[in-house]
Order: sequence, then structure tokens, then C-alpha cells
Amino acid sequence: MMKNFISKLFDQKLRSRTISYLLVIIAFIILQIMSSTGGLSSLLKSLLVPVCCYTVAAIGLNLNVGFSGELNLGQAGFMSVGAFTGICVSGVLASSITNPLLRLIIAIVAGALIAAAMGYIIGIPVLKLQGDYLAIVTLAFGQIIKSLITNMYLGFDENGLHMSFVENKVSLGAGGKMLLQGPMGATGTQRIATFTIGVILILCALTIVYNLIYSKSGRAIMGCRDNRIAAESIGINVANTKMLAFIISASLAGAAGALYGLNYSTLVPNKFDFNTSILILVFVVLGGLGNMTGTIISTTILMLLPELLRSLQDYRMLIYAVVLIVIMLVTNNAFLQTKAAKLRESLIKGKKGAKQS
Amino acid sequence: MAFLSYLINGLGLGSVYAIIALGYTMVYGIAKMLNFAHGDVIMVGAYVTYFALSLMKLPVLVSVLLAVAVSTLLGVTIERLAYKPLRQATSLSVLITAIGVSYFLQNGAQLLWGTSTKVFPSVISNGALTLGGLSISYLTLITVVVCLAVMGCLTLFINKTKTGKAMRACSEDKGAAALMGINVNQIISITFAIGSGLAAIAAFLLCATYPSVYPTLGSMPGIKAFTAAVFGGIGSIPGAFLGGLMLGIIEILAKAYISTQLSDAIVFAVLIIVLLIKPTGLLGRKLSEKV
Amino acid sequence: MVDEKTCMYCVEKVIGSFYNERNFTFCNQKLEMRVEMNYRNLLKGGLAAAMAFTMAACGSNSGSASGSTDSQSSGDAGKTAFKLGGSGPLTGGAAVYGTAVYNALKIAVDEVNAAGDVQFELDFQDDAHDPEKAVTAYGVLKDNGMQMSVLTVTSSPGAAVAPLYDEDNIFAITPSGSSLAVIYADASNKTGSYGNCFQMCFTDPNQGSASAIYLKDHADLGTKIAVIFKSDDNYSSGINDTFQAEAKEIGLDIVYTGSFTEDSSTDFSVQLTQAKDAGADLVFLPIYYDPASLILTQANGMGYAPTFFGCDGLDGLLTLEGFDTALAEGVYMLTPFSADAPDDRTQNFVKKYKDLYGETPNQFAADAYDCVYAIAQALKNGNATPDMSTDELTDILVKQFTSMTYDGVTGESMTWAETGEVTKAPMAVVIKDGVYVGAE
Repeated sequence: MMKNFISKLFDQKLRSRTISYLLVIIAFIILQIMSSTGGLSSLLKSLLVPVCCYTVAAIGLNLNVGFSGELNLGQAGFMSVGAFTGICVSGVLASSITNPLLRLIIAIVAGALIAAAMGYIIGIPVLKLQGDYLAIVTLAFGQIIKSLITNMYLGFDENGLHMSFVENKVSLGAGGKMLLQGPMGATGTQRIATFTIGVILILCALTIVYNLIYSKSGRAIMGCRDNRIAAESIGINVANTKMLAFIISASLAGAAGALYGLNYSTLVPNKFDFNTSILILVFVVLGGLGNMTGTIISTTILMLLPELLRSLQDYRMLIYAVVLIVIMLVTNNAFLQTKAAKLRESLIKGKKGAKQS
Repeated sequence: MAFLSYLINGLGLGSVYAIIALGYTMVYGIAKMLNFAHGDVIMVGAYVTYFALSLMKLPVLVSVLLAVAVSTLLGVTIERLAYKPLRQATSLSVLITAIGVSYFLQNGAQLLWGTSTKVFPSVISNGALTLGGLSISYLTLITVVVCLAVMGCLTLFINKTKTGKAMRACSEDKGAAALMGINVNQIISITFAIGSGLAAIAAFLLCATYPSVYPTLGSMPGIKAFTAAVFGGIGSIPGAFLGGLMLGIIEILAKAYISTQLSDAIVFAVLIIVLLIKPTGLLGRKLSEKV
Repeated sequence: MVDEKTCMYCVEKVIGSFYNERNFTFCNQKLEMRVEMNYRNLLKGGLAAAMAFTMAACGSNSGSASGSTDSQSSGDAGKTAFKLGGSGPLTGGAAVYGTAVYNALKIAVDEVNAAGDVQFELDFQDDAHDPEKAVTAYGVLKDNGMQMSVLTVTSSPGAAVAPLYDEDNIFAITPSGSSLAVIYADASNKTGSYGNCFQMCFTDPNQGSASAIYLKDHADLGTKIAVIFKSDDNYSSGINDTFQAEAKEIGLDIVYTGSFTEDSSTDFSVQLTQAKDAGADLVFLPIYYDPASLILTQANGMGYAPTFFGCDGLDGLLTLEGFDTALAEGVYMLTPFSADAPDDRTQNFVKKYKDLYGETPNQFAADAYDCVYAIAQALKNGNATPDMSTDELTDILVKQFTSMTYDGVTGESMTWAETGEVTKAPMAVVIKDGVYVGAE
């Protein structure tokens, strides 16, 4: 019975899922042990939550790019929506809900919901387009979201929320608190994000995505990607199917954003610009389109890499760029791959030969 | 009157976007890749022109030619080292490589030339042509004229020369082009060379109008020009020109009449609306779908 | 783990990629991104390459990694040196400010170490002007055993790490993070000051109101005021907010307010045209000098010549490489530092900076230089020794900073409030014949 269950977990159909979950859980356990024994450096500690956030956003984007086949250059925009929603929700509830964990969960859910709503609104025009036109419109929406949040002023006092746009006209009563201050974004946020919640969020994201792609709608999504016309001809509603993937992707980014926003005491709207969208896209492509385990690994490695390169000082980002290019070349070039395989074989043979003699 | 002067300012800004967009659109049309490093080739072009003008004290024309040569060389090198091995890979992989190249150029420039802004020498006289109370600065005039000339030359080249014909064939169908004896690889390299050469001219015009040279100089004009290229229909040369001009004019008018703070949002909102009405841009061809 | 073989193998791969033409067939690849990359391949190929690079890099550099100053100052300092941390943008768009601060810190640390009373070991990390990176940089600094810090160069990273410094009770003074959020937990109400985070520069609101009052008192400069500020920048919008508020209170006539953002910081024709049409004879520029140089050039191009007035961000205008200083003629600014000040301290610093880095230092550099000297003075007066715990050092430094007076290149007899705000006199200077002249 037990053996059956385990072998089922590792059979063809479920293997990739099992590996993803195991990877996350094992990493979590190791890091927890290290952290409790004090073996974890401050640097690694400070990276734990952001890695979780980017991983979740990248898993969402991978659903979008890898499974749905839509190049989305505005993922950071959804993170931004989620982040500032989460910060505002947490700020407003700070006095009524004192349990930080509960507040964090409510903030993440709120961030995910608002981002999903934004995803829906944006998805209507975006999904009418194709290819690079779709990409540029997601980029445009990302820029618009950034620009709008940069001009948003939101305050909170006993009379409720006060909002103004473009100019700061918010005047608050005694004990009031500014939640959003235009270009300054949010300051003085309570840092309630935790690594445990981050890992749980990753596991949730994996569950959602895996359940989706192995379901009927998931196959429909891939069908639309591989051949839209064929999918249409067998009665799949392409618009709805793509929208589903887009909304889920957006809501995952929103949840990731909320967790991210609540991990820092300050957050500026400029953080979620085009470069951040591109960064998440790099995680996804390097990890492999449609490969969630790959996404998790590549996010972790690429977040760690610039930190490991710190000792190079000035050359750090230069080397980072070179590594990025080299990885893309090595993993995508058929000639190189066969060459590499041969080399590896001869190396192994060489070692064996050495042992025998 | 104020409206007309805004319009002229918009034309000036738009021409700069247009000439950058030309480079984007050419590469896209033939190699089918979004060359995100294009903005950074512009940055390198700007630095070369700056050094030629202010340190080596070369004449303007020679400086620009030197920059064109260096940029072309750079473009071809990038193409050979980073993009060529990926001809059979997915377009996304190439996109990521392009981003890597972009990081590389930015950080390399920062190491080589420092982080501080350098001010581009003013080479075009600051005067203005006055037409009945309306003044058009020589700079704007030259920018628009150069842009038109470049577009004209490019159109002639694409339509009248044998290489141009081969380029069109490649953009249509690479497989068929190869069967007809066209060296597709070479054509793509030539496209990169021309695109990068254009980047140097764009760099000169950009810096003559907005005289700041710094390592991240290319990124924002790059994104705007990419937007312009899509706006006009990516892959289409007149489209890139029109898209660039429209983008410049909309940006200036939005700043002047709506809000300086929200001008970026407005530009992108207009882009979205245009794409919803014409899903392949202003002058883009409608792609027929094969079943 | 990663040996030479792996390295060579990666190099082989890279070299191999340049000779793959014969593998080229047709490139009619579809736009669809269907190919799934096998992560095992990625692990074996790509990651090996990445790791190899990383390890090789770490291995070869680990020796010089700890001390960021030249080996001489960190070498003989040994255990008797205070670990001075800090972060700032050394890469990315804001790198120019971080580099200026880092350069000045190196000069100051070398000077202080040479003087002999206090020994520093500088550890300055890159934060790319990003709060997220600043927090990881803080992690690195803490791992390296930082005892006190110059916080961050820019404001939003500063606001992100200030609560961490507060939690760990490490003393920090920022050279140029001028936002209130760097020293207050609740910046909008000015409450909850951290107590161990100080500023060497003025706070943004301070500069805004000081500028308004100065303009009120000097009506001869211009009475119809236009403001052009950078709306997505903390510094600029912070000054603008208080300037506008103060102006309303004391009755300045603001005829036009325009703004720009990072994404539209090249073309100012609209803002300048509208300021001109509104009849403004004075343009207030609470911005940094690089966009300001573009504004001056474009205003000159359209024949608009109001009085330009700015804050400390404008300092650096004259030192821009290639900038036609004639354009800056008659520009006023309120700044605590001018590189042309005749006193020995400033002249020595400016000369050293020029000799070493080929540029004239701006106010970022000057503030950073003062930070090191101020900390050194406080440590010396408080009889602190490097073997003390950070709690003890923080106690001493906070006590010293709130009671001492410090004379530096950015002002004489500076004092600090318990909130961390500095009190020093801003000077109004005007540019005449390409040099700063004190203005009354």
C-alpha cells in the first residue's frame, strides 16, 4: 500500500510534481535547521523571503509564458498592485487585528484578489492581441500601473481612508497615517512577512499550477498555445481559457507582491518597473518554460549569484551578465550540447580508465 | 501658436524615437528577435561620438562616421558571439541573451568610462528659424531632416538593391529564402550591421538634442523606441518612422495639455488603444493564419 | 567541488559555440515557445558553468574581499580598527552618487588612519539604489562584523535598512539619505525616531522651507516663481512638498508647477515653455544636477533666461564633464558645501579627490567625508576602542553625537538633535564667471 503510493508519486505522471514539492520542502527543512543552529548568515536570511516572492511570481509567469504561450512583460505591475494592496490592508488592519500572521495572510489574499481583478481588466484587451503585440501591451500596462501608483496618495485616520491623485491633498486627523505617499511609496511598514509563509505560498502556487495544468482546462490552455485554430475547432473557448491562465498568473504575482511589500519597511513604486518584469522573465526562461522545478532552481541561483559575486566588487554585474549569456548559449545550442555530452562521456571514460589501470 | 510650437517639439523628439525605432524594426523584421541591447549600442555610439568630439576634437562628420564604424563593429560582434549560436533556439532564449548583452554593455561602460554624466558638446548652433512668430530650432530641423533622409535611404536600399531583396525574402520566409540560394546567416549579420550603424546616428541626434551621456542612457529611449516600432507595426520601416513621430508628439502634447506627471501613462494608454483598433500597429501587415 | 576540469569544460563550451555554423539549417523557428528545457541539462551544463565562474571568482578574490580600501590601510589596521560599514549604488542608474560617496569615504578613512587616533576598516557594499539589495547588503555587512555604519547613500534604501540598524542597535549616519523616513519610523507624523540613525545632510523638508524663506527675503531674485521637480524622486518631491506649503504660508507667488519622471527626464521643452508663458522670472529646481544641466541648456536654446534657484542637489553642475559653465551663470543654490570654499579643509579634500579620481567632489562626496571625520571625532572623545561591543559603541556614539559640535567641509559647528537631524547653516551661493560666490 505504502510502497504503491510512493511508486505512484514517482511514476511518469506525477514525478515532476513530486520533485518540485520535495525540493521546496527539503530546502525549507535544511534552512530551518541551519537557522535554528545559527549557521545561517545574515545575508542568506535577508534573501529568504525575496527569493520566495520572486519564485511565486515566476511560477505565475511560467504558467503564462510556458503553458499559455503569452509573452508577458508586465508581471512586475501585478506584483506592484499586490504589494501596495497588501501594505495598505495591513496598515489599515494594524490596530484591529494584532496577530501579525493573520494580518499577513489577509494581506496576501487581498493582494492576490486585487491583482486578479486587475488581471481580468487588463486581460480583456491584452488577450485580443498576439505575439509581440501582446508583449508590448503588457509592458505598457506595467508602465501605466507604475505611473498611477507613483501619483497615488492614500491616508488613513479614524474617519476612514482618504485618497488623492497627482497632488497630495490628503490631510489627516490626529493619529492618522499615510499609507501611500506618491513617489515615496509606503514607508514605515510593519515587517510581518516570514519565510515559513513564503514557503507555504510557494507550495500553494505549485499546487494551483499543477492542478490546473493536469486538468481539462490545463490541456485546453496548452491546446490553445500549440494550435489555436485546432483548439477552437474542437470547441475550446480560447478567450476564456487564456484568460484563466492570465488571471491565475496575475493573482500569484499579487500574492508574491504582498509578501514582498510586507518584508520591507519601505517600498517605492519605481521598484516594480520594466527591469523587474524582465528579471522575473529571465528566471522563467532560464529555469525552462513550463518547468516549475526549473523555475524554483533558477530563481534561487540567480538571486544568489550577484551576492556570491560581491567579492568581485566592480566587476560583479559584468560577470553576472556574462554568466547569463553563457548559460543561455550552453543550454540552447544543439551543437554545444552534443559537444558537451561527448566531453562528459570521455571524461567519465577517462576516470574509469585511470581507476582500472 | 503654442500648439504649433508643441507640435514642432514633438516632431523633434519623435524623430529621435523614430530613428532608434528603425534599428529595432529592421532587426525584428529579419531576425524576428527583439534586440533589447539596441538601446545600449546607442549608448556606446554616444560615448564614441562624445570622445571623438570633445577629446580628439574631430570634426562632427568624422566623429559620427567613427561612431557608426564602432557601433557597426560592435553590433556585428554581438551578433556573432551572442545571437548566432542561438539561431535555432526559441525567440525567448534570444530575448534573454539580448538582455544579458544589455547588462553587459551597461556595466562595461560604467567600468570603462565611469558613472558620472558627461555633457555632450553643442555642435549644432543653438539658433532658430523664425517663421512668422513660430520658431523652429535648427536642432529640430536637422533631426527631422536626417531622420527622413535615413528612412529614404533605407527604403531605397531595401527595395532597389539585391541585398535588400534578399532581406525582404528572409523576412518573408527564411526556409524558402535559403532554398533560393540566399545566405540567410549573412543577411541577418548585415541587418545587424545596418541596425547598429543607425544606432550611432540615433545616438548623435539624441545627444545633440539632450546633451547628457551616461551608462544607462540607452535604456529608456530603447523602450520608447521599441514601443514606437510596435506602434507603427513592428517590421515595417515607414511604420517605425510614423510610430516614432506619433509617440513623440503624443508625449509632448500629453505633457502640455493634460499632466506632466501622467504623460508616460497617457503615451502607453494611447498605444494600447491603437493596438486594440489595429492589432498589428498602424502600418503593420495583417498576418494570415494557416490552419 | 568545482575543479579545473569543470572550468575548462565550460570554456570549451563557450568556444565551441562560435564554431557551430555547420549545424545551421533553416531558422524558421516558430514563435511559439514550446520547447521545454530539461532542467537536468540546465543543472549539469548551465549551473556548472555558473558555479564554476562563481567559485573561481570567489576563490581568487577571497583574499582581498574583506577590506575595501587599499590593502595598506586595512592591512596594518589589524584588530585595532573599527569596522565601518555602509552601502550605496555602485552599479545602475544612481551609481554616480554611490561612487562619489565611496571615493570620499576611502580618502577620509585613509586620512583618519594615517592621523593615528582612530583606525577604521571600511566595508562598503553595492545596493544599486534598491531597498531590496540594501537589505541584503546589510546582511553582508553584518556577516562581516560591522560595528558602525554610514547607512546608505540614497533615501529609499536608507529607509529600508534603518529599522534593521535600530533592531540590531548599530550606530549609523547617512551622508546623503535626506528623507525623513531614514530617521523616523513614522515619517509622515515625524514620530518614532530610531535614535541611532543620524543624517549628515539636511532633511528634504528643511531644504524646502529654507528655500522658500530665502526667496521671500530676496525678492530681487524674482517674484513670479515656477517650480520644476522630479515627481518620482523622494528627494525632489520631498523638497517640493514643503516648499509649496511654506510658500503658501508666507505668500510667495508660484505661477507654475511642472514635473518630470525618470522615464521622461530628457525633454523639458513643455515645462519651460509653460513656465515662460506663465511669466515666471525665477525657476526653482529642487533636483539633481544632471537633469538641471539639460534644463539650463534647453532654456538657453529657447531664449528663456529667468533666475534659476536650486538646493544642494544642484552642486556638481560646474564639474559636469563637458558642461558649458556659461549656461550656469547666475544660478543660485542653497548648499552646505562648495568645492571652491577657500578654507584649508575643503581645499585639501578637493585636491586629494581630484588627484585620485580626476573629478571635483560634489556634496555627496563632501557629506561622506564629513561622516567619517565626525564618527572619528566621536569615537576619540568617547574613548571608544574597537574591542567594545556594538551596544557599547552605539551608546558612546549616540551620546557624543547629540552633545558634540563638529566642524567639517559641509559646515562649521554642526550639531545633532536626538532625532538624528543635523543643524548646520546652508549657504546661498551664486555662480559667477564659472565659480561659486557667496550670495547674501
